Amino acid sequence: MAAPMLRGCCLARRGALACVDGGSRHGRGAAIGCRSSGKRGQSSVAQQPLITAQKSGKGEHKWAAVVGLEIHAQISSNSKLFSGSQVQFAAPPNSLVSFFDASLPGTLPAGYQITQQRLPIAVNGSLEYSVCVGKKRSQVITRTARIKQIQLEQDSGKSLHDELRSQTLIDLNRAGVGLLEVVLEPDMSCGEEAATAVRELQLILQALGTSQANMAEGQLRVDANISVHHPGEPLGVRTEVKNLNSARFLARAIDSEIERQINELENGREILNETRSFDCKLGCTIPMRDKEGKQDYRFMPEPNLPPLLLYDTASLPPGADPQQVINIDRIREQLPELPSETREQLVQQYGMLPEHSFTILNEVGLLEFFQNVIKETRAEPKKVTSWILNNFLGFLKQQNLAVNESPVTPSALAELLNLLDRKAISSSAAKQVFEELWRSKGKTPSQIVSEKQLELMQDGEALDQVCLAVMEEHPQVVLAMKRGNPRAINKLIGLVRKATLSRADPTVIKEILEKKLSS
Amino acid sequence: MLGRTLREVSAALKQGQITPTELCQKCLSLIKKTKFLNAYITVSEEIALKQAEESEKRYKKGHSLGDLDGIPIAVKDNFSTSGIETTCASNMLKGYVPPYNATVVQKLLDQGAVLMGKTNLDEFAMGSGSTDGVFGPVKNPWSYSKQYREKTKHKARGENEDSNWLITGGSSGGSAAAVATFTCFAALGSDTGGSTRNPAAHCGVVGFKPSYGLVSRHGLIPLVNSMDVPGILTRCVDDAAIVLGMLAGHDPKDSTTVQDPVKPFTLPSLTDVSKLCIGIPKEYLTPELSSEVQSLWSKAANLFESEGAKVIEVSLPHTSYSIVCYHVLCTSEVASNMARFDGLEYGHRCDIDVSTEAMYAATRREGFNDVVRGRILSGNFFLLKENYENYFIKAQKVRRLIANDFVNVFNSGVDVLLTPTTLSEAVPYQEFIKEDNRTRSAQDDIFTQAVNMAGLPAVSVPVALSNQGLPVGLQFIGRAFHDQQLLTVAKWFEKQVQFPVTQLQELMDDCSSVFEIEKLASVSLKQ
Repeated sequence: MAAPMLRGCCLARRGALACVDGGSRHGRGAAIGCRSSGKRGQSSVAQQPLITAQKSGKGEHKWAAVVGLEIHAQISSNSKLFSGSQVQFAAPPNSLVSFFDASLPGTLPAGYQITQQRLPIAVNGSLEYSVCVGKKRSQVITRTARIKQIQLEQDSGKSLHDELRSQTLIDLNRAGVGLLEVVLEPDMSCGEEAATAVRELQLILQALGTSQANMAEGQLRVDANISVHHPGEPLGVRTEVKNLNSARFLARAIDSEIERQINELENGREILNETRSFDCKLGCTIPMRDKEGKQDYRFMPEPNLPPLLLYDTASLPPGADPQQVINIDRIREQLPELPSETREQLVQQYGMLPEHSFTILNEVGLLEFFQNVIKETRAEPKKVTSWILNNFLGFLKQQNLAVNESPVTPSALAELLNLLDRKAISSSAAKQVFEELWRSKGKTPSQIVSEKQLELMQDGEALDQVCLAVMEEHPQVVLAMKRGNPRAINKLIGLVRKATLSRADPTVIKEILEKKLSS
Repeated sequence: MLGRTLREVSAALKQGQITPTELCQKCLSLIKKTKFLNAYITVSEEIALKQAEESEKRYKKGHSLGDLDGIPIAVKDNFSTSGIETTCASNMLKGYVPPYNATVVQKLLDQGAVLMGKTNLDEFAMGSGSTDGVFGPVKNPWSYSKQYREKTKHKARGENEDSNWLITGGSSGGSAAAVATFTCFAALGSDTGGSTRNPAAHCGVVGFKPSYGLVSRHGLIPLVNSMDVPGILTRCVDDAAIVLGMLAGHDPKDSTTVQDPVKPFTLPSLTDVSKLCIGIPKEYLTPELSSEVQSLWSKAANLFESEGAKVIEVSLPHTSYSIVCYHVLCTSEVASNMARFDGLEYGHRCDIDVSTEAMYAATRREGFNDVVRGRILSGNFFLLKENYENYFIKAQKVRRLIANDFVNVFNSGVDVLLTPTTLSEAVPYQEFIKEDNRTRSAQDDIFTQAVNMAGLPAVSVPVALSNQGLPVGLQFIGRAFHDQQLLTVAKWFEKQVQFPVTQLQELMDDCSSVFEIEKLASVSLKQ
């Protein structure tokens, strides 16, 4: 049955050190039983995954892929779930291990992995996420993945296998850290959908403060269950691809496994129900060595932990100490703004296109950057959005930098946009200043403008003189214009700009030229 | 002095009749003389003397910590003791020195108790004889008592008399023997299915199992988390109450302990039992029960009745399913609890290093005895996906029925249940080992394990000597968290029966002065 929902003891899994005699270190189910009357996450109608037609060798068959996910998020907490040990990334091995974490005899409840697998804290929820489709990816489609359950459990230790010397190194720093496992039903159909769903969940967890959900630090880990079948036929045999722990490879790993399965089936081979991992160097999934056969984790209830009871306002026992009981309704009232609301807000308040609101949220730190720029500039929000998405983000991508590594601060960009807004510089000069900001950290846009003499000519008389001089130097162009060639004026504008070293506003130049020609 | 009760010797210490160091030395010397009983795995002589010295300083300054200050105690070797090897009588933990004290041990030390050592048991407390530990069996001191020897000498015994020694019962046999031979005034045992009460009955001492949740299990190396409780072995009921008063209460390190504050208490001396209702569960009258025990049981019931108590027959209808149910739940938890012993963090590790998996397998093969491995195997079988519903879940349901049986009886007005503790008196080792551990456990836990499944308090009180001159105990079972009421009834009963003191003079001629106790008048219930 539900192999994907079971955690526990295998070394291969996340390097639990717990595997004894082929798995006799048990996980224990339903450690923190839950009870809640009242509403839970609404169940939703799952959308049938879209059929991704893959070109087969014969070009006849269409295949549909089905992808389900198990996501483990490290709960944001200073201490482990049941011990006071600190939680800290990259601490020296075995430096964050209490007697309890090392499961010394007599410490309770230790010595096995504890999970809420059989009595999860939440069931029957849903996750809405949106994918951009269409040629320019400008069409936003909302999809829903059903959440089977969310459960608390303990992380296991980490083991590193040295195959050469047949040694195993064990680090228990992570053992006992609280995890939140989210089980998504197989409602996704390709790598991109899965990656988008994971990203949305990540944003939600971060907004809630539940998890820092930083994949690079192992705070968010994903396993995918993947199968392919012909639409209308029963689902195919699935494989489990483990440890998709990088946002970059998540979609690729899933798509490569889909491709592999289709390829196998089309070549008359079978898909084995097995556990695989993604090799990012080879760009494909490979079987995992030590996950052969079915795992039976042999869960049992953990008597050392009293049940965790959840109440809502209606079921709250009279006279209960609010500090001692959990009231779901109260928690619901205190929920912070979730990503979907934030995006809606961006669209409403700033007239942003929906697809742009996705980009702003998806890039780590970009929303905050955007909001800081908006605070300090008088420029139109649309202008700010356009600058941030085109110029700013473009530069970051080009140089492979994260938002917080940007040499351009929100204040600098705000100042630059202010200069542009009050027509102190032209937009082409603004781009020049922006490039300069990127190169010379520490200079303000105004400093760059004055150093490079990029300010627009505010002196109408002087510009008038330049225009006159240009017209006199190029009588043929003037003639062409007079004969009705509409493009000729652009040529003249270009020449005037060149003469002013791009410091004049083209619209003003155009006005002056037209006035002169018609007089 | 050593033959006195804890309360008496505590008074003697306060009055300066003896110093803690003298007392400690006397006990140490007795431990050496009775070494052949194998009651102790580790004797923590140096630590004990140091603790006694500190206690002595306190007494001199008039800053005694209370009733337990300077009192020699012993602790079963499945309680974690900081700096003192804790083995569970298993190869797996030979040489393991814990870095922390079990909560109950810490509480005793905080009261100034002097820890004499760690007592012997069945490996990981799995057994009912104290015969299946890696350090060998514990011998019942009554094997060498005047009372037993006199009764049996006419019999044509085997060629080698020493081969006829008796088992202590178990699994806390070391603790029971330690208390019975006066090497300490109280000892901690553990009780999962009867492990404190059974050896207490066989060794003629009081064995108390508190309500589940009243005393912290933190540091007690678990056998069955939902049934384990620290047990208390003493020479009289009052002493058990004193120790309970020190140990009971909430412990943040054991979430199953109750939050209600518990205060030390003194048991009242009942003079009138007419308001008491004593229940006699009819299902406990089994064919295997020896006629002698049965007769003592009914005499005890008559005693209550003659003193004005209401004695009624009651029914615990699911009793016959209890032992099988216990077996399924016990082994399932064992399978899980033993998973931590993988040779990585502590304890035994084999030499095999071809792979981690091979290391685990060999370590556990070498570390655990057949009994432990057998229970792990059974437990894993019951927890398999295909068996879980049929065995584990079903056993849990039966457990609820058994617990409800007790609730129903107590709700019908019964205050305390009176039952036998064991089927018969202690048997000779040679006799005992004719059956395997599993069979023996199933037989010997018959009257005791249901109490663990229901989480109730129970106490075994020695009642009389059998025809062979061996102690027989009877069990009182109380309502959950009515431990004081239970002990109060037990104390009244104890006073009525006047159980005799072990006469070990022949055994230890040279220390006979130790037992300068007046021979108590013989027993009112004597057959």
